[in-house]
Amino acid sequence: MSENVNDHGAADITTVSADAPQMQPLAKNPKGVEKAISALLLIGIAAFVGFGVCYWQNAAYWTYGALLGLGLLAMGAAFIAWGKYLLPRGPFVEERHVLASTETERSAFAAALMERGAGEIKRRKVLGTLLGGSLGVFSIVALFPLVRSLGPLPGDKLAVTDWKKGQRLVDINGNPVNITDMAVGGVLTVYPHGLENTDDGQAIDQTILIRVQNEPFTTMKGRESWTPSGYVAYSKLCTHLGCPVGLYEQQLELLVCPCHQSMFNVRNGALPQFGPAPRPLPQLPLAVDSEGFLIAAGGYNQPVGPGYWERP
Amino acid sequence: MTAVLKPRTKRQAKEAAGPYGKVGDAVAELDERLGIAKGGRTFLDKIFPDHWSFMLGEIALYSFVILLITGIFLTLYFVPSQGLVKVPMNFPYKPLRGDTVSQAFMSTINMSFNVRCGLLMRQMHHWACDIFVGSIVVHMARVFFTGAFRKPRETNWLVGTTLLILAIANGFLGYSLPDDLVSGTGIRIADSIMLSVPVVGSYLSYFVFGGNFPGQVVIARFFVIHVLLVPLIILGLVGAHLALLVRQKHTQFPGKGRTERNVVGSPMFPVFIFKTQGFLFMTFGVTALLGAFAQINPIWQFGQYIPSNISYAVQPDWYMGFLDGLLRIFPAWQWNAWGHTIPFEVTFPAVIFPGIVFNIAMAWPILERKFFGGDNEIHHLLDRPRDVPKRTAFGVAFFALLATLFVASSTDVLANYFHVSLNTVLWTMRVLTIVIPLVAYPVTYKICLELQGGGTAMGKRKRPNDVVRTAEGEYVATQAPVRPGDAHHELDATPVPTFIAAAAVLSEGEAMAETSDESNGARVVDR
Repeated sequence: MSENVNDHGAADITTVSADAPQMQPLAKNPKGVEKAISALLLIGIAAFVGFGVCYWQNAAYWTYGALLGLGLLAMGAAFIAWGKYLLPRGPFVEERHVLASTETERSAFAAALMERGAGEIKRRKVLGTLLGGSLGVFSIVALFPLVRSLGPLPGDKLAVTDWKKGQRLVDINGNPVNITDMAVGGVLTVYPHGLENTDDGQAIDQTILIRVQNEPFTTMKGRESWTPSGYVAYSKLCTHLGCPVGLYEQQLELLVCPCHQSMFNVRNGALPQFGPAPRPLPQLPLAVDSEGFLIAAGGYNQPVGPGYWERP
Repeated sequence: MTAVLKPRTKRQAKEAAGPYGKVGDAVAELDERLGIAKGGRTFLDKIFPDHWSFMLGEIALYSFVILLITGIFLTLYFVPSQGLVKVPMNFPYKPLRGDTVSQAFMSTINMSFNVRCGLLMRQMHHWACDIFVGSIVVHMARVFFTGAFRKPRETNWLVGTTLLILAIANGFLGYSLPDDLVSGTGIRIADSIMLSVPVVGSYLSYFVFGGNFPGQVVIARFFVIHVLLVPLIILGLVGAHLALLVRQKHTQFPGKGRTERNVVGSPMFPVFIFKTQGFLFMTFGVTALLGAFAQINPIWQFGQYIPSNISYAVQPDWYMGFLDGLLRIFPAWQWNAWGHTIPFEVTFPAVIFPGIVFNIAMAWPILERKFFGGDNEIHHLLDRPRDVPKRTAFGVAFFALLATLFVASSTDVLANYFHVSLNTVLWTMRVLTIVIPLVAYPVTYKICLELQGGGTAMGKRKRPNDVVRTAEGEYVATQAPVRPGDAHHELDATPVPTFIAAAAVLSEGEAMAETSDESNGARVVDR
């Protein structure tokens, strides 16, 4: 092959006899293959017609899906059989052209880049510096609209919830929870009163209320009064990845996160018993108001949910 | 070239086109304006080597075509909004009647129940995505184990790896759009993963969600990224991938008449076109059958995403499995100091580990050159995996690690299924994750060495070994002679004919070819 071929790789003019073995089909019996291919194409046509009819008649979706699939498979098989058995069997060959240029061409290209471009910038040092500076400043300020506009700054908002002292615990329908409402072993997802249908109430304030027993108990030192009548409330956000800790294993008194199977012991301050969660679920101090409804005796004393850099 | 610049009458052009009628005429007209004849024919004559494993990339390409077609259909019915609507009381699926749901969810169930062909298109789209990512991975494995990524194809390896990352990312984004309970939980986990990035995590989360999770903008943003931004980049990179393939030509396995300087196989036109077109329809057909018979992501059963609700025994799409698996089995290591927290139990499995995986993948051509005995030569002939035991062993260990983590993403299901405690499954998977790759490497290495001793012929038929005891008592395995009728006859490769001549005029044709003037590289056929 000549070395000075262009990008397209100029092919030589070649002539091959129609009788050459490479020009013959692979099929020993081309007529038979033709029949098989016609059968496939007829199946394809029939299936496509069936697809149209089923669609028109609004049949179940899987009927026309099946016919579409069948038609496409038949047509595909026909194409492949035609290409494999009826067209010239080959093999054919073409040369690979060396992609690399000559040494002279390379140095000429490198010289053009360096002498006309980089060299010019080097010669005019001040202009070069200013050019670099302007590109740098531009790239930084371009980030303002492209990134900064996307959302507010987090500040300390990730660390706070809406729970306040005296706030009633309500279920998803806004009903407050009376001290007599739940039996031992019962669980209920609760929200701060008035926020049960808001994004933040749902996503951040969600709390799981469990009646562990009938009498108050102590989950941890300093939390002696947090469990009136055996009710205990923990943040429902898993400390691993923020999934709702929605499963309660009544016999073992464990809260289980269905996402990655972290388990929290409800009797000793939701200490992680198993799984990848690194911290206990924060506990919400509870109290009972004058009408016998459960209220928060305060907010959470630490951020809820998964860990993040600014978390103290 | 100068000859064609002279204006011609239509009749003259027709005469010049000769016996090829209207096609000849059209070629003449186009060639006078664009000079397409020579390049066009070279393109039609382009040789594609034949091997079944070379079609894996085609599956990826064609499933991407299905994704585009079905995806455009879906955009016509999907409403990317988290605004709330009520499911009408005459909705075909009774359990959802009267529920308050987002417009994203409503429009998705609406296209599944009320738009004719809608459910089929949705299921085909989802299946095509799983096939897309899967075929990319298998195609990549083929390229890896046969050494097709070696010089000069490192750039295309990089493009391909980037395509895999984009495909996975877009798969996740698309899966998130219907705003159902399962995908919403997935977005929540993604948010927590963003939060786990040291220093910038909370900013990252706030900028993606426009404030606190879940906010009101995430579906709309994911939608635009999913249907516009990422597909455009994928389309551009697929173009670059194919352009590089054409420019550098396909690799081939060693075999009869195949050298580093040639390509042996089928010509683009018509053999390859026919086969690949057939393959396109086959891929379409399989996807259509999956869409028709294999239910996927029935979101009406999951219901609308409500942040405080959760489902059980749910796994992400298969290509996210290895991340989920590592998140499950990684120890609960979180560090807290100087008023800051590093949630390493999330940062490592979900940020650092995939970073390592994809960086190793991208840098492999360099890594092999530096640490695995690779060279810096140009290679067009492929390796048999057994002949490069270090690379093969590393690849098997790498995939074994990812496969083990994939299995680990179903710890709860495994515990249920085998009636063992979750703790047993957890510790088994932890041990296996470390042990399996460590065992896979030497075992694969040894198998490669053993196989090297076996048959060396690249023919299609296997030949048995005759084991002979020599006079010294040594046992030697030699390849048995080819049995009659078993020999694989491959013809000598011939150039693609410019003109197919009947035997009688062949000598004349040869004479014609010889008159072509090659002195200045531009060939002018004197007719």
